[in-house]
Amino acid sequence: MNKASINEIQDEIIEEFSLFEGDQHAKLEYIFDLSKQLPDLPEEHKKEENLIKGCQSKVWLISEREGDILFYKADSNTAITKGLISLLIRVLSGQKMEDIARADLYFIPEIGMSQFIGSQRSNGFANMVSKMKLDAAVAYKELQN
Amino acid sequence: MNNNTSEHTITSSGTAGSPALDIDKIRELFPVLHQEVNGQSLVYFDNAATTQKPKPVLDALHDYYTSMNANIHRGVHTLADRATAAFEATRESIRRFINAAEKEEIIFTKGTTDGLNLIAATWGRANIQQGDEIIISALEHHSNIVPWQMLCQEKGATLKVIPIDGNGDIRLEEFEKLLTNKTKLISIVHASNALGTINPIEAVIKKGHEAGAVVVIDGAQASAHITLDVQALDCDFYVFSGHKMYAPTGTGIVYGKRSLLEAMPPYQGGGEMIKEVTFEKTTYNVIPYKFEAGTPNIADIVAFRHGVEFIEMLGRKKIAEYEEQLLSYAKEKLSEVPGLRFIGTAKRKVSVVSFAIEGVHHFDVGMMLDAKGIAVRTGHHCTQPLMRMLGIEGTVRASFSVYNTTAEIDRLAEGLKGIVKMMR
Repeated sequence: MNKASINEIQDEIIEEFSLFEGDQHAKLEYIFDLSKQLPDLPEEHKKEENLIKGCQSKVWLISEREGDILFYKADSNTAITKGLISLLIRVLSGQKMEDIARADLYFIPEIGMSQFIGSQRSNGFANMVSKMKLDAAVAYKELQN
Repeated sequence: MNNNTSEHTITSSGTAGSPALDIDKIRELFPVLHQEVNGQSLVYFDNAATTQKPKPVLDALHDYYTSMNANIHRGVHTLADRATAAFEATRESIRRFINAAEKEEIIFTKGTTDGLNLIAATWGRANIQQGDEIIISALEHHSNIVPWQMLCQEKGATLKVIPIDGNGDIRLEEFEKLLTNKTKLISIVHASNALGTINPIEAVIKKGHEAGAVVVIDGAQASAHITLDVQALDCDFYVFSGHKMYAPTGTGIVYGKRSLLEAMPPYQGGGEMIKEVTFEKTTYNVIPYKFEAGTPNIADIVAFRHGVEFIEMLGRKKIAEYEEQLLSYAKEKLSEVPGLRFIGTAKRKVSVVSFAIEGVHHFDVGMMLDAKGIAVRTGHHCTQPLMRMLGIEGTVRASFSVYNTTAEIDRLAEGLKGIVKMMR
């Protein structure tokens, strides 16, 4: 079976979150559970070059290429950021680089988490979204050349 | 304030015969408190960042724009007179509030940061020379570090830092060792925003003056909580913000001694600060106008007076006593939270508790509390050097104001216990 597309996965996530009916506490509990399911990034990858700094939390991101597909691994020192990262990985990891670079991540505002990519800069999440797309765009360009 | 008791009222241990603060009545004056956040009634514990505004302040803003809006000091018409009178009435209120000798020593600014930059840019640039030394403390907010760093870089001067002990108190004996005949300026926070420590500024001012230095006090966190008398303190400058004392954002004060202010060059050039302008030369206005170039934030400064009067109406001693009770109640309740460690345990503190929870990141705590309708501050509180010195990345900070209640502190403690249970 083919992997679901970026938008198909986003729609799945939106549907999952609709069950919480805007209960922010329940959403965060769920995101916290997701954080526990995301494997920790091995310590050797938690180095400066993989670090995306936020004002309050740290995020480490690595991407690995297989043909025209990009896979991501990531971690954070805060649980809620890590849970959100697991959603991003679910949506973007294993997708075509071209699709990732062009993706419109509408699920973030839809599930009521746009505060994380707003102007608060309080965690590394917004920077992580940009870095994932940038990595995909760069890798796609390299592939074309 | 009447003397009705309610479940939220804490009986004041104040002067015999004087009624206790009626916290329910006080809360009625703050419309913003009466709302739900994430399905829960709001608990606002971020008062050290900014306090909420009582109705008299909100009404004053509305009244200003509906009855007297005009540019001040220059107009010959009636509205300009009204606006000027209201604006200058705030200056007199502030003079009374901090017991300055004269209202000309009160300069309006945008806030504490603006005030500290004003002093660095005027007094600092005129008086600091190569090889001079400026002393600050390890407790300082970035606003009381960066302007002096910039000045030191420009002039080739040195910035020295008073260390703190494990409780978060500055080490006075180390301060005395830092004083030399090169010490030209000491700028120190009255009350720490991150830990709540109240510094022994009386001793710092005295020792500083003995060494021949000018002493600046950053009063941003003190002005709403501590009774101020700048003449008794004998500080050279005292700087604070209106928005942390129930008044609008974009308002602040620099108090300076007349002799210093008169000798200082102006801050910004423009209207109001001039006496006479020709294309060849400008002569400057007298104090305080010399430092108030351009149209000021008239409406917010007019409303500032009502923030001051709100504090005076309740009485600073009573506010301080009530907040002290909230602080000790919070210390008791929060110490029941498993893994919670207080950061900053100085004996004299304003109503701020800063803490870390073993195994739970402060960002996660802040997010989870917000989901429970509780607003706290998390992070480094713009005191990165202090956090580095304490060996931590940040804390969770709950800061209390006169409209907070013990019932709200119970909600914080219960919320934290739930978070610990879930996350650890």
